[in-house]
Amino acid sequence: MADLSIDFAGIKSPNPFWLASAPPTDKEYNVRRAFEAGWGGVVWKTLGAEGPPVVNVNGPRYGAIYGADRRLLGLNNIELITDRPLQTNLDEIAAVKRDFPDRAMVVSIMVPCEEQAWRDILPRVEDTGADGIELNFGCPHGMSERGMGSAVGQVPEYIQMVTEWCKQYGALPVIVKLTPNITDIRKPAAAAAAGGADAVSLINTINSITSVDLDDFAPEPTIDGKGSHGGYCGPAVKPIALSMVSEIARAEATRGLPISGIGGITTWRDAAEYIALSCGSVQVCTAAMTYGFGIIKELTAGLERYMDEKGYADIEAFRGRAVPNVTDWQHLNLEYVTKARIDPDLCIACGRCYAACEDTSHQAIAVSPAREFSVIDAECVACNLCVDVCPVEDCITMERLEAGTVDPRTGRTVRAEPADWTTHPNNPGSPTYAGAKVAEPAE
Amino acid sequence: MTDHFRRDGVIAGRLSSETLAENFSDLHPALTPHEAVVAADRCYFCYDAPCITACPTAIDIPLFIRQIQAGQPEAAAGTIFEQNVMGGMCARVCPVETLCQEACVREAAEGKPVEIGRLQRFATDAMMARGEHPFERAPSTGKRVAVVGAGPAGLSAAHRLALRGHDVTVHDANPKPGGLNEYGIAAYKTPEGFAQAEVDWLLRIGGIEILHERALGRDITLSGLRTEYDAVFLGMGLTGVGALGLEGEDLAGTENAVDFIATLRQQDDLTALPIGRHVVVIGGGMTAVDAAVQAKLLGAEDVTIAYRRGRDRMPASRWEQDLAASKGVKLMFDVAPVALHGEGRLREVELAYLSDMEPTGETVRLRADQLFRAIGQRLEAVEGLDLSGGKIAVTGAGRTSLDGVWAGGDCASGGEDLTVTAVAEGRDAAEDIHAALTGGAVARTGALVGEPLRGIDGPPHGEVPHPGTHG
Repeated sequence: MADLSIDFAGIKSPNPFWLASAPPTDKEYNVRRAFEAGWGGVVWKTLGAEGPPVVNVNGPRYGAIYGADRRLLGLNNIELITDRPLQTNLDEIAAVKRDFPDRAMVVSIMVPCEEQAWRDILPRVEDTGADGIELNFGCPHGMSERGMGSAVGQVPEYIQMVTEWCKQYGALPVIVKLTPNITDIRKPAAAAAAGGADAVSLINTINSITSVDLDDFAPEPTIDGKGSHGGYCGPAVKPIALSMVSEIARAEATRGLPISGIGGITTWRDAAEYIALSCGSVQVCTAAMTYGFGIIKELTAGLERYMDEKGYADIEAFRGRAVPNVTDWQHLNLEYVTKARIDPDLCIACGRCYAACEDTSHQAIAVSPAREFSVIDAECVACNLCVDVCPVEDCITMERLEAGTVDPRTGRTVRAEPADWTTHPNNPGSPTYAGAKVAEPAE
Repeated sequence: MTDHFRRDGVIAGRLSSETLAENFSDLHPALTPHEAVVAADRCYFCYDAPCITACPTAIDIPLFIRQIQAGQPEAAAGTIFEQNVMGGMCARVCPVETLCQEACVREAAEGKPVEIGRLQRFATDAMMARGEHPFERAPSTGKRVAVVGAGPAGLSAAHRLALRGHDVTVHDANPKPGGLNEYGIAAYKTPEGFAQAEVDWLLRIGGIEILHERALGRDITLSGLRTEYDAVFLGMGLTGVGALGLEGEDLAGTENAVDFIATLRQQDDLTALPIGRHVVVIGGGMTAVDAAVQAKLLGAEDVTIAYRRGRDRMPASRWEQDLAASKGVKLMFDVAPVALHGEGRLREVELAYLSDMEPTGETVRLRADQLFRAIGQRLEAVEGLDLSGGKIAVTGAGRTSLDGVWAGGDCASGGEDLTVTAVAEGRDAAEDIHAALTGGAVARTGALVGEPLRGIDGPPHGEVPHPGTHG
């Protein structure tokens, strides 16, 4: 049976599934129940500096985007960091860690960008027996207006500076949680690495307005007629998070830096994808907030079954295996020529492939009077849109043309040897450039 | 069960009023808003959708379902009504299992079609509940059109004619409008006075006057109508009922299924409606099923439908057959009545077993204190009109052999005898009448009738050359 346990930047956990820093990890009651349910670890909801606790709004904190049958696809929140007294949280963290010594107890922290503020809080967190800290440089609403959260995460110099303080004044592993509300995720990740971070975690939530009330003309969630952008998470953000994770995994400055993957993890498969892109742990929030802690049984059992079937003895056996396959567009093989194939036995003749191709793509699907749909190879550019809109799984597939065959669209013979844009004759930078070279100006 | 349940004879009060109320409640309860959205989400918005082709009125079904998805059932209703002004009734009585829902690609894929009928009801109910009528009459043309019959064909024609600016007078034989919607369909398919509510809603277009208890051939003549009006549309249905031609057909307890259904539909207190303990229905169409099921729901102990052909030939759909079976009706196939036994009152029906419509020589006697004939209706003769297959012969959009006279619905040749077909034929004849009276071209049916419903036809499509090599 596969071993799900992890050692993530020195933080040990019986499985890679942690509850992300959020409402589910705001207090002892929840975290105890999560651990009893089987969660491998938690990142305790973000602690602020000593003093009067933060204040939350008293109206709606969440807004949602739904799929069919109100399946929650995206969640937006405007909740701030913990609004409970610091000492209460610290006492509870210590109590839970004492009773669940094998679980990962990571404490999220957000205090002002002042050295003293960090010097004050770090030892108090360490005293709880926690296994690590996560620096909340990601929260995009409320706290960011006060110079914290994503306001720090958007300035690589601040990230490096605070990370250095945490390494200097604390002994615990430091995970830097990154905001996706930036242009290039590699920059803040590199800053964290430069500051000595033991790991990064991402993504935090994305600036969002879920909808606009068309009677009151107010953004949702609406507080007395007004709304403020919140942070977006849930299944809808997973593709964005996967891409950002992959960028950090393959960037030179951050290669090998442990990553805790966050963003829309709902089933074991999502988690396995993050791990394949090199994540050493994964954090879950929206799925737990939608379905409760019980999903951990599916997550662990599912991941274990997948690993057993694949023969992966432990997480390290497949962690990061997708990273080498993430590349730049210019390196994609242009001799990989495929054509859509419609299986007439599976086709239910809805015609969505036809409408999509005919109206919005390459007019490469033919329909017979008997409502039989087929692909016109001479037009098909293999865009895959028909596959994406087909409601029947595996009804439309992409079939590769064998080397030596002629692509009826281009008239070119497909070659066995891969060839990409870097050597393409249409590329001005290619040694085989076929276009007219710009003449050197005459002396 | 009350004591009356096991008493022989045709008697009232077999079941309590509570049980009857439950039995005759809505066959397909309305979808809740959430159910409607979930059901609507299943629609694939097919290209050139087969459901539209399968609908006799060619409602743009994927569009109206998308409008429900988008939170505007009233807009969805607009899409429905522009093609089928009786979309509310059709949502209730259409045999969707042999029309749109049979054609649904999800029926082929998983045996579970999108619930088009119930979604259509959700949409039409939403608009009618808001009291909206999405049509506006065109300026008056000064033309007067007579419509005979206030059933689905006649009312559909009347509405479209009024929309086009003509003044319409509907002559109907019955005291109430609606035709078969009011008198001829099982009560549980259209409860709570929906048929009359729909007529009231439809008449809000204005320009339609209904004259009641004026039957063609009895109170009015076709030649009189042709003289008095600029055009005539005949939509009086089939009012003649066939006899079995058996001895004993005059025994008490022997009656026409359509009369039983009409009486039931007009009965305010169903505990006062007599029904037999043992009931036999002769026939195999929707009327047979409606009569049989309602007999069972009224408290008949056993009800048998006797049909002369095999199950696969039965005009009532498999869904209707299963409905009957689920209510406890027994279905007998390949049998025909050969004798009715009794003295003064019917006691037994003797059926002969058939093989390919030929008697096998074997017979069986069923206890029966009531028998309903449901072997089809026929046209009562109309002066001067050519007939085809026992119906008024029509060509094109309902043109009869007489100038200025159109016909549609069950009385006209062609098409299935369905409410939705009658609505389509009435609509199309009205457009043809409009064109004839105004010298214009026939409007594309299915064209937008408004803004969304107030205008005229959409702009013609320009031909764009196809970029592909396949042209």
